[in-house]
This record gives sequence, structure tokens and C-alpha cells, in this order.
Amino acid sequence: MNALGLLRDVKELKRLKSELKKEKREKFVSVCGDTGCSVWDSKKVDEVFRRVLEEKGLSEEIPVKSTGCLGFCECGPVVIVFPEEIFYQKVNEEDVEEIVEETVVKGKVVERLLYHDPREDKKIVKASDIPFYKKQVRNLLGDNWLIDPGSIVDYFSREGYAAAAKAFTEMSPEEVINEIKEARLRGRGGAGFPTGVKWEECFTKNVENKYIICNADEGDPGAFMDRSILEGNPHSVLEGMMIGGYATGSNHGIVYIREEYPTALEKVKNAILKARETGMLGENILNSGFDFDITVSVGAGAFVCGETSALVNSIEGKVGEPRQKPPHLAEKGLYGKPTVVNNVETLANVPRIIRWGAEEFARAGSKNSGGTKIFSLVGKIRNTGLVEVPLGLPLREIIYEIGGGIKGGGHLKAVQTGGPSGGCLPGYMLDIPTDFEELDAAGSMMGSGGMIVMDYGTCMVEFSRYFLSFLSGESCGKCFSCREGIYRMLEIVEEVAAGTATLSHLDLLEELGEMVKNTTMCGLGKTSANPVLSTLKFFKGEYLAHIMENRCPAGVCRALVTVFINQELCSGCGVCRKKCPEEAITGEKKEPHYIEKALCSKCGICIESCPEEAITRA
Amino acid sequence: MKTFCHCNNHYGLENSSIILFMQNIQRNCGYLPEDELKRLADNTGTPLMDIYSIATFYKSFKLEPQGEHTITVCTGTACHLRGSGEVFEEMAAVLGVGSGGGTSEDGKYTLEKVNCLGACALAPLIVIDGHYHGNVTPGKAREMIEEHYK
Ligand SMILES: Cc1cc2nc3c(=O)[nH]c(=O)nc-3n(C[C@H](O)[C@H](O)[C@H](O)COP(=O)(O)O)c2cc1C
Ligand code: FES
Repeated sequence: MNALGLLRDVKELKRLKSELKKEKREKFVSVCGDTGCSVWDSKKVDEVFRRVLEEKGLSEEIPVKSTGCLGFCECGPVVIVFPEEIFYQKVNEEDVEEIVEETVVKGKVVERLLYHDPREDKKIVKASDIPFYKKQVRNLLGDNWLIDPGSIVDYFSREGYAAAAKAFTEMSPEEVINEIKEARLRGRGGAGFPTGVKWEECFTKNVENKYIICNADEGDPGAFMDRSILEGNPHSVLEGMMIGGYATGSNHGIVYIREEYPTALEKVKNAILKARETGMLGENILNSGFDFDITVSVGAGAFVCGETSALVNSIEGKVGEPRQKPPHLAEKGLYGKPTVVNNVETLANVPRIIRWGAEEFARAGSKNSGGTKIFSLVGKIRNTGLVEVPLGLPLREIIYEIGGGIKGGGHLKAVQTGGPSGGCLPGYMLDIPTDFEELDAAGSMMGSGGMIVMDYGTCMVEFSRYFLSFLSGESCGKCFSCREGIYRMLEIVEEVAAGTATLSHLDLLEELGEMVKNTTMCGLGKTSANPVLSTLKFFKGEYLAHIMENRCPAGVCRALVTVFINQELCSGCGVCRKKCPEEAITGEKKEPHYIEKALCSKCGICIESCPEEAITRA
Repeated sequence: MKTFCHCNNHYGLENSSIILFMQNIQRNCGYLPEDELKRLADNTGTPLMDIYSIATFYKSFKLEPQGEHTITVCTGTACHLRGSGEVFEEMAAVLGVGSGGGTSEDGKYTLEKVNCLGACALAPLIVIDGHYHGNVTPGKAREMIEEHYK
């Protein structure tokens, strides 16, 4: 394929696509180049693949694609060989030669690198046969393993920018809005507001300059769906923004991206430049008469800037404090102009709706919301990674059938959705469908898609302390009740964790929670008590154990636990004695050792170093 | 390329604002030196007070010089559940910095926290000078620093 020129109209776009179809290569190798796999040196694997193929004179015929997240981070670095879709896990540099020799050249499978399914006790060859992938509906993430995010050609060959062309030349803005409404698309950023309604509100404002902003602040700590979309398929987000711009009547899009995501930022910038070069951004796009351009704005590390009005302030170069609403952003947003803010995943869904039609899109999903949702499944789960499922799938299926159950064979205690704004649900509520209303009713929320699984080694008091300390650090301080209320809740929970609280503290905690919820301005404060209130509701016993018995049932809260060596299991090897930074461990060689309580800081280094697993914290 | 925004508040790819200028200063100097901020205030006509309120509001801005090496420990939810708190404490103890992080006395290391780096599957995660390390334990963390110090 030669360098791409400017595509002047829809005809030229169609011609390019049919050319690409002819040139299409069935054979290629995808190496995950996402931040996750790159921790395991996937970049080296990628380099070696290119070198080996080059040496064998195959590099023209069999391209290597450095892709975005393939989802199954647990098995990284992941390599998939096409067209057979052979899935290799934990690949390192030394394996590459063999993969090329055996699989790419001879079409044989390298058994040793295949995924082993622990349940059926067998090896699986094809990626889509792996239980982790089988149950998913990968509308958004599915393209990740087929395209190189740095290449606009790859995106074109996957029907890229066809939706924008269709919208600009065959549909009116009203028709686009209607299609989005009929698809029952709801915002994936947290609140679940119907996207079509939001766009319509902005469309009806008869004002010259309007803005559409892509919220890529992804503040929920422990979630990385948006990063993966931006790194794996940035053009799908840009196309969604263009269509959103067309539907709302705005000509300027801004991607607000957090600075902790340097790779995503680079990929987005590159994608914008490519889109400008090919005329997908600019004036009179595809001769439709519609002008649109996108710029980026980089955050500076503040969770509250994910809130729409704080985000707008931040883009304007101000302190990121939320604004009083009304006026809503659709009336008075960025630089005082009507503005729409949408989440990354919401926008990535838009091209599909236009291309497939609302009905087809909403075939996956529940009564109230159409399409799929990506969850970042983390914590004490066997298959950590990104999973994309139809909205409404019960939590149990996500955790057990896709996630493979609890890591280490333990039992599930709770699952937390919605990040710092969400709640913890106990194991017996796992049959709840993952739907905005259902999760809200149960005392949690959908949030942006973080899903954290906990086993009995997690202390719920400590867990709510964690979120409170996060939120008290992130509260912008504008509302007194948020600034002081969260801090007071944190103090109380810290007392519970230290074993110094009394029963009346719990009543106060509940009262404070309700007060903060009702008297703060933005979503941060309004939802800040959710983690505490939900754990108090479902796991009150644990709070009581801390208060009444001075006991942390999970063995986590430092003040209430001791570290000790099981004298029967200890072989006296002395590893722990050498490792202990406090010199708190004594014992003769080959004799059971013991820990001097007064010196022990309970750091746990001895626990991880003991080859006999003889040391516990309880 | 012409852009269609009335505010013209951006050039090329990036939206320009006082925050962007401050990010550029920090990229060049490693932190925000007082002189530079004063100059920025003069050049842009922004009151120095506003610049400081931005510098102290956003967590990524630093008003102190940083150590030669930066160690970032992720304290996001996934990392926290898998023991990043202990990793951080251990690092702080080895480097002799306070429980909130900071720069070691010899100016060699700066220890800081971050809320999620988006690679939660590898929790707990630390970054040393831009290199990611996954599945870290307090013991491994101690070894890494001791190795570095040699
Ligand atoms: C404190 C706070 C943080 C938020 N952080 C994010 C975020 O990081 N990313 C996001 O897309 N939405 C975030 N939201 C939700 C946004 O305010 C908003 O609902 C969303 O971006 C709208 O897009 P959507 O309709 O496509 O979901 C946050 C909300 C609050 C109150
Ligand atoms: S919580 Fe540490 S990388 Fe996400």
C-alpha cells in the first residue's frame, strides 16, 4: 500500500476500501503492545518477531502487528497467529524463532505455549475457544487483535470511517440522534445518561460555536477500559467524536486525557495526525460540507476533573473545581459555549450504531440499555483482564465463567463495582444483572466499569478506609460537607481499624454518610459514602468484630493482628531471619524460629520469603 | 491546517492554556521553579496567586526539585488489594522518606504514589524511571533499591 493521499469524497473512500480488500493479508502475527503486556517485555518479543521474519524474507508477506490490549492480561505477553487464530501465552524472546519456524512457516502448533484450561485440564489452540473469550461479546475489543492502532489503513480495512461517511452524506443530524436514541446507548462514564438525549439538548441550541469533549480522564483507580480502547483502536473514538460533532452541530472536538497514560496520548495524537492527512478531519470532510477538527488536552492528576464541569474548567486552564449546575454544559460549557462531554467507550460505540443500525446494535444488551460494556476484572480473580459482555449479564457469569473464579481457589466474599463511587455486594447477590438500574437498586452502581473481586483475605473495614482516604485526598474542597465530611468518616473508620472505636461510632458513620450524600454539589461527594454505607449494610459483622472483639477476621488491620511462625512447619532455614528488616526474628539453625513481638513491624517480608509457608498473619 | 474554533486557544495538536505551559516547564526543569512561575505570570498576565493555586491543586505539579531517579508506586484499588501499601512503606523505610513519600536525603530518589497506571492485571505495580515492574512484593522492592544503590 502506498502512502495514503487525501480522500476527497465518499467515492474515493470506497475505492480505497475495495483496493484494501484486494490486498488484504490473511496471514499476520499480532503481538500485544499494550502497557500491560509491555511490563512483561512484549516490546522485545515484537522486535524479535520482526527481525526473524525479515531474516527469513517473510516480512512482506506476513506483517507483525503491535496491537492494543488483547484482554487476557493474566497470560501476557500474548501473541496470536492468524488466520488460524492460534493463541500463545507468556511468550518470551526465545520462543519467537520456534513460533515462526513451526507455526508461521509449517502451520503447526507449539503445544508448550498454548493456554491450558485448568477446568477441563486440556490445552486450547484457538483464541475464541478459550473460556475467557468464549462468553464475551467483543464488539469493541474484538478489533483490537486485528488492527495496528498506529495504522489508519488497518482501520479503513475494518470498515473504518464508513459510519462517518454515512452520517455526513446520507443522514441529517436529527436522524443520527434518533438512531442513537433507538440504540438505547447510555453513557459508559458512570452516570449512564442516554447519549441521544444529551446530544439532542446540545443540537437544539442555536449557537455558533459548540464543543464535543471526549472524557479520557479514567479516574477510577483499578480500571483501564478507556486506556485500552485509546491504545488499541484510537480511530474508533475519533470517528465517534466526529459523528457526535455532526449530530450536535459542533466543529471542534477535544480529547481530555490523563497524563498517567503516556502511551494512549501518543497513539491518540498520531491518530489525529493521520486522520487530518487523509481528510477525515478538516474542512469539508468527504465533500459533505461538514468541518471538524480534534485537539487534545492533558490532565494534571486530579480525580475530580473527570466530573464534566471540573473537566471543562481544567481545559480552560483553571483549577478543576466543579461548577454549580444549572446552567448545564449543554447551555454554557467550555468557554461559555454549548458543550457535550462523553466517555471514551460511549463514543467508541457510536460508529457501530450508525454502521449496523440501532436494532442490530441493541440486540446485545438489556431492556433499558443497548450494547456491551467493558469491565476491568481485577483483584483476587483468576483471569484478570478486560472483559466485554452484553449489558445485563449476571455478575456470577462474569466472575466464574469468564473470570475463572477466585484466584488460589478461595471463596468470594464481595465484589465491588463503580470504583470509589460504587458499593460492595456480597457473594449471595451475584445473580444481579449488570445493568444501571439493578446495580443502583442493590446499593452499588455501574460506574465506569471497574470490577474488583475480593476473597476472605480482604478486610471490608480496611477496604472502605482505602476509598475514604482516596476520596478525602481528591475532594476539591469547595463544599464544606464533602471536604470535612469525608475526612471525618475516614477518621472514624481508622478508629474502627485500630480497634479503638465504640458502637456509637457506627451510628455516627451512617449519619455522616447520609449527610454528605445529601449536601454536596458534585458526584464525587454525592457518592463518596457508598463504599462505607454498602459495607456497613452487608458486612456489619466485620465492623463489629473490630469493635467488640478487637479482631480483624481477614487478618489485615495491622493494629489487631500478629505475625507468628508455626513452630511445627518451620524448618529453621533462617531465610526469614536474614530478610527481616527489623531484626525481630531469632532462632538457631535447623531449629524453629520465633518472632519478637515488640520488634515486629508486621511488614510481611518474612511471610513472602518463607519457603515452608510457615508464617502467617492473623 | 486551519482550525474552526473561535477561541483559537490551541496550536497544532494541543489545547493551550496556562496548565499546558506549566506542564512544559515541568517537563524541562523536572519541577516548577519559582523564577519560571514568576516569568510565566509576567508573560501571560496571570496573577501569580492563580498560578500557585493551580500548581498546588493538581497533583502532578511539583514545587520542589526531584531526585535523580523517580520511583512511583501505584496505590490504585487493584494494587492496594494486592499489597501496594506494604510495598510503599517498605520503600519509604529503605529510602528514609516519610510515609507520604518524598526525596531521599542524598537527592538520589524520589518516592511517590499514583492512582492507577492502567495495568492493574499486574498489580502491585511500580515504575522506576519510566520502567514498569509488575507483581512486586515488599521484599522484591527492597532488593530492587539495594541493587540500585550498589
Ligand atoms: C468525581 C467524578 C469523576 C468522574 N470521572 C470520570 C472519568 O474519569 N471518566 C469518565 O468518562 N467519566 C467520569 N465521570 C462521569 C462524568 O461526569 C460524566 O458523567 C461522563 O463523562 C459523561 O459521559 P457519558 O455520558 O458518555 O458517560 C466522573 C464523575 C465524577 C462525579
Ligand atoms: S490499580 Fe495499580 S495499575 Fe491499576
